[in-house]
Amino acid sequence: MTTNSSVTAPTPAAAQEKGQRIHIGEWIIENLIRLAGLSTVLIVGLIFLFLVREGGPAFLDIPLRQLFGSRWYPIEGIFGLLPLLVGSLIVTVGAVVIAVPLGLICAIYLGEIAPTWQREILKPLIEMLAGIPSIVLGFLGWVVLAPLIQNAGAATGLTAFTGAIILAYMSLPTIISISEDALYAVPKEYRDGALAIGATQWQTIWRVVLPAARSGIVIAVMLGIGRAIGETMAVMMVTGNAANIPALSSGVIFQPVRTMTATIAAEMGEVAQGSLHYNTLFGIGIVLFVITFAINSLAGRIVGTRGARRTGAKL
Amino acid sequence: MNQYWRLWTFLLLALLPLAGCSGNSAQAGSIPGEQRAIQNKGSDTLVNLALAWAEAYREVDPSISIAVTGGGSGTGIAALINGTVDIANASRQMKENEYEAASANGIESVEFTVAIDALAIVVNLENPVNQLSIDQLADIYTGRITNWKDVGGNDAPIVLLSRETNSGTHVYFLEEVVRKGDGENSDIFAPQTLLMPSSVGITSEVRRNPNAIGYDGLGYVDTSHEKTIAVAKDADSPYVLPTVANGANGSYPISRGLYMYTAGQPTGAIADYMAWVMGPEGQYIVAELGFVPLPEN
Repeated sequence: MTTNSSVTAPTPAAAQEKGQRIHIGEWIIENLIRLAGLSTVLIVGLIFLFLVREGGPAFLDIPLRQLFGSRWYPIEGIFGLLPLLVGSLIVTVGAVVIAVPLGLICAIYLGEIAPTWQREILKPLIEMLAGIPSIVLGFLGWVVLAPLIQNAGAATGLTAFTGAIILAYMSLPTIISISEDALYAVPKEYRDGALAIGATQWQTIWRVVLPAARSGIVIAVMLGIGRAIGETMAVMMVTGNAANIPALSSGVIFQPVRTMTATIAAEMGEVAQGSLHYNTLFGIGIVLFVITFAINSLAGRIVGTRGARRTGAKL
Repeated sequence: MNQYWRLWTFLLLALLPLAGCSGNSAQAGSIPGEQRAIQNKGSDTLVNLALAWAEAYREVDPSISIAVTGGGSGTGIAALINGTVDIANASRQMKENEYEAASANGIESVEFTVAIDALAIVVNLENPVNQLSIDQLADIYTGRITNWKDVGGNDAPIVLLSRETNSGTHVYFLEEVVRKGDGENSDIFAPQTLLMPSSVGITSEVRRNPNAIGYDGLGYVDTSHEKTIAVAKDADSPYVLPTVANGANGSYPISRGLYMYTAGQPTGAIADYMAWVMGPEGQYIVAELGFVPLPEN
């Protein structure tokens, strides 16, 4: 062994050295990837800590009764969050009501009905819609949509409805592409089976494909909502920013509202650091964070159940 | 192995302050010791005007540099009291307690009115209403009057437009119109008031919405696209249109002085600068930026 090694020593030693180098290189890459993954968790955690530190005092210093008051007039120390919550809610719900049917129909057409050549034109166009900067859509809403809505009979064109339409178009690409993916993931055998037992194409889509893709579609809707509730600039341009709780009537959506995001954006610039107003704006940030977090984790849970069901089906 | 762990920890630690940074470092300090620099701070309404003056004054006297910062009238006056600025800009007059605080620090502040700002009430060109009293304006903006027919217009809802609450103009309008200058009055804007992020937002909505009413600095108003309303201080007063002339002679009720305060009677470079600001060249810039120049004595 020892005599042999003196002859063949260079080769195994070099191989061993090379192996070591690969090992170290791999170790570095592995850890870099791990670091990237962990840093996301860390950053989210730090952001939340920061939000709580800056926004927490608002929930302690302002009596809850005032916090749920119906007036927001921060320069006089009136911090009622209700109009802002209601404003965000109306605009977001409006956007979802517009975007979900449209997006779903579009996804079904793309995934189930459209011939390949049409899909090849439509898909990139939808992706382009996702690429339009939100401020451009906001500008479009301000210049084109608002006058249209005003001419249709609203007191002003700057309403929750205007914001909802803009937001709907902003979340449409998300909803379309994710639900189309969900439809695509439905095994071809399901369709073949349905058609084989004599179902029409519509019956196949409605009774077989859609139920099978249901959880993916729910996720698409959730992510669309997440996109809508966090949007700021475009909404600020077209909703009028009146911190008013619209009267419950048929015209509820045709009145100006002020969303939480627009409030933060409009007021953060000149607020004194450390003041109660400053803390309250961060408090609104916490509320937004919690809402989006809830939506995302709800979507995550649905993904989880879907995964479990799949494995179950395989067994 | 161990050395990489160290690297790993180092990277992690390096990322920590990045994520946790809170932006507290925005504390701008004045650079002391520079002899020919004038520190000028205060009102945001005045800040553009003060910057334009400072820039133009470079050509008058290149050896003097004027550092202009905003922050609000209160901030500027506080800085003057603390002796950190030479000139404070304010869109309101100094209060009695501020004068006292300044004297306590050995600073006798001197007031200069440097320009006049008139707030025009604007409506759509199609709106038949031509004049309103301050009382009517207060009723409109607090939501007690919600239909144009109550003030002599069409049977149509009034759409209220205002600047955002962080605007000094918003505060001035709140104090002088909504509360009619009464310190005891705690009325605030009606909740249905649309808050626009900019003056341009107000003018463009007024131009296209026949039911809208808004207010804007005279400099932002173009009477060929929107109508200005004649305003009366009270029932006995005449209705006065917002024009540079009416702002200058004081007959237009919603106009305010814009002030500069110096620490003590100004001497040397500061005195020269103040004289130039209130002189024809300085006042020409006032008119260019849409404010009302001082009446010529």
